[in-house]
Amino acid sequence: MEQPLVQVKDIVVKYHSPEGETTALENISLDVYQGQFISIVGPSGCGKSTLLNVIAGLLKPTQGEVVINGRPVEGVSTSVGYMPQTDQLFEWRSIWRNVILGLEVQNKLTAETRRSVRQLLERYGLWEFRNAFPSQLSGGMRQRAALIRTLAIDPEILLLDEAFSALDYQTRLVVSDEVKKIICREGKTAILVTHDISEAISMADDVVVLTKRPGTIKSIHKIVLTCQERTPIKCREAPEFRDYFNLIWKELDIHVQ
Amino acid sequence: MSNSQQAISPEQAAYLRKLRRHKREIFLSQVLLLVALLGIWELAASAGWINPFITSQPSGIIKTIVNLYNSGDLFRHIGVTVWETVVGFTLGTILGTIIAIILWWSEPLAKVLEPYLVVLNSLPKVALGPIIIVWMGSGVSAIIVMALLVSVVVTILGVYAGFSQVDPDRIKLLKTFGASKGQILQKAVLPGSVPTIISALKINVGLSWVGVIVGEFLVSKAGLGYLAVYGGQVFRLNLVMTSVIILGAAAAIMYLAVVLLEKLFIRWQQ
Repeated sequence: MEQPLVQVKDIVVKYHSPEGETTALENISLDVYQGQFISIVGPSGCGKSTLLNVIAGLLKPTQGEVVINGRPVEGVSTSVGYMPQTDQLFEWRSIWRNVILGLEVQNKLTAETRRSVRQLLERYGLWEFRNAFPSQLSGGMRQRAALIRTLAIDPEILLLDEAFSALDYQTRLVVSDEVKKIICREGKTAILVTHDISEAISMADDVVVLTKRPGTIKSIHKIVLTCQERTPIKCREAPEFRDYFNLIWKELDIHVQ
Repeated sequence: MSNSQQAISPEQAAYLRKLRRHKREIFLSQVLLLVALLGIWELAASAGWINPFITSQPSGIIKTIVNLYNSGDLFRHIGVTVWETVVGFTLGTILGTIIAIILWWSEPLAKVLEPYLVVLNSLPKVALGPIIIVWMGSGVSAIIVMALLVSVVVTILGVYAGFSQVDPDRIKLLKTFGASKGQILQKAVLPGSVPTIISALKINVGLSWVGVIVGEFLVSKAGLGYLAVYGGQVFRLNLVMTSVIILGAAAAIMYLAVVLLEKLFIRWQQ
């Protein structure tokens, strides 16, 4: 058995406020292997984003540890690429200067890294827009540019924090399709946090269901769909899709008061 | 997005014509209003309906401007006041932005200083005039300090609020790249706050004029504020009105300069 790329070991996260102590996550353990695409779903406030923050090294867990590539995470790790809810392209920077932002911050702008960023832009149809400003691009193109910005620092694992939730429904379907294709093609490992069950099933190899706060892992579903092309949009047509949806929906146990 | 390159349809052409005519009408009305006001003022004064000794009159103002120009005093007074204002508001903006950066950098310091800033902001800075004169002496520097004081607190509060509005996700993104606090400031917070800083600049232009004129009222030997006060003391209303009108024109020009600066800096917004 190969070594997991990411090992989340018995994570506990407690938040403190004047009103008292809140346990956000309790005993979370999770292994993610190279090339896997994992979705994490859970009711709102279950600590999904907290878990991403811990894996990214932005938040120190109260207990437990995260090991990436055999090394425990201490502080921000450069092997992690983060995709926020909105594209967060800097309006005053051209697309080119946006996608090299991470390299610029890490002082890794060399002829070689520039060339690989150029290749990414060319491969995903943004090279001719390198001098455009974000406001001149469509929502889908902006999201692609944001993904290339994350890929530019060559992370081993991508964390997508409700990465498409700001987009309208149609754009969101197209973008998730594109993003999945790009991530697969670049051979990256990804963890997607979402509250959208369909999105979680259609994009991932495994769906992790979290319980209400304090978040614990309720179940992990291996997604096996019979469809010719394993793209998020085609996946939605697979016969098993609805079964997974119903199963996860019941597990989430959402009551609307 | 627009169809500007394509042939314009007759409807579009008619619409554009209408738009242009509307603009022309507005401008014409504005000019007419000014002419009418000046005309009525002049007429009322020369017909003896109002006393020009108290109300002054446009022809008298023009004569005063010409006299000032011939004696070489006109541009000296304008120059002094404009210089004091530009220096005051530039220093106020720079100093205010620097202090805002320091407050952003150190949250505890920002919390400690908050009540002081609130008091300073509500205090009419003009009341500090006598203190400034005692400390700085009665000269140009006292006037500049006055202009600076009037604008600096507003700048600190405005720019600091702008800094705090930067999307936390954006800062988080930079942190995942391993950015230091300085890099976050340099890459995201400062450039993202350029619109806020420029709108602070717009407010400061007006405020600095207030500071300068009050300063000139108190201590000066030259400048438009000095002219106004002197004119009032010797009851030459033509002089008072002249300085007020020139002041209005100068302030408007400076405001337009800031608007131009804004267009230059935030091209990416379009």
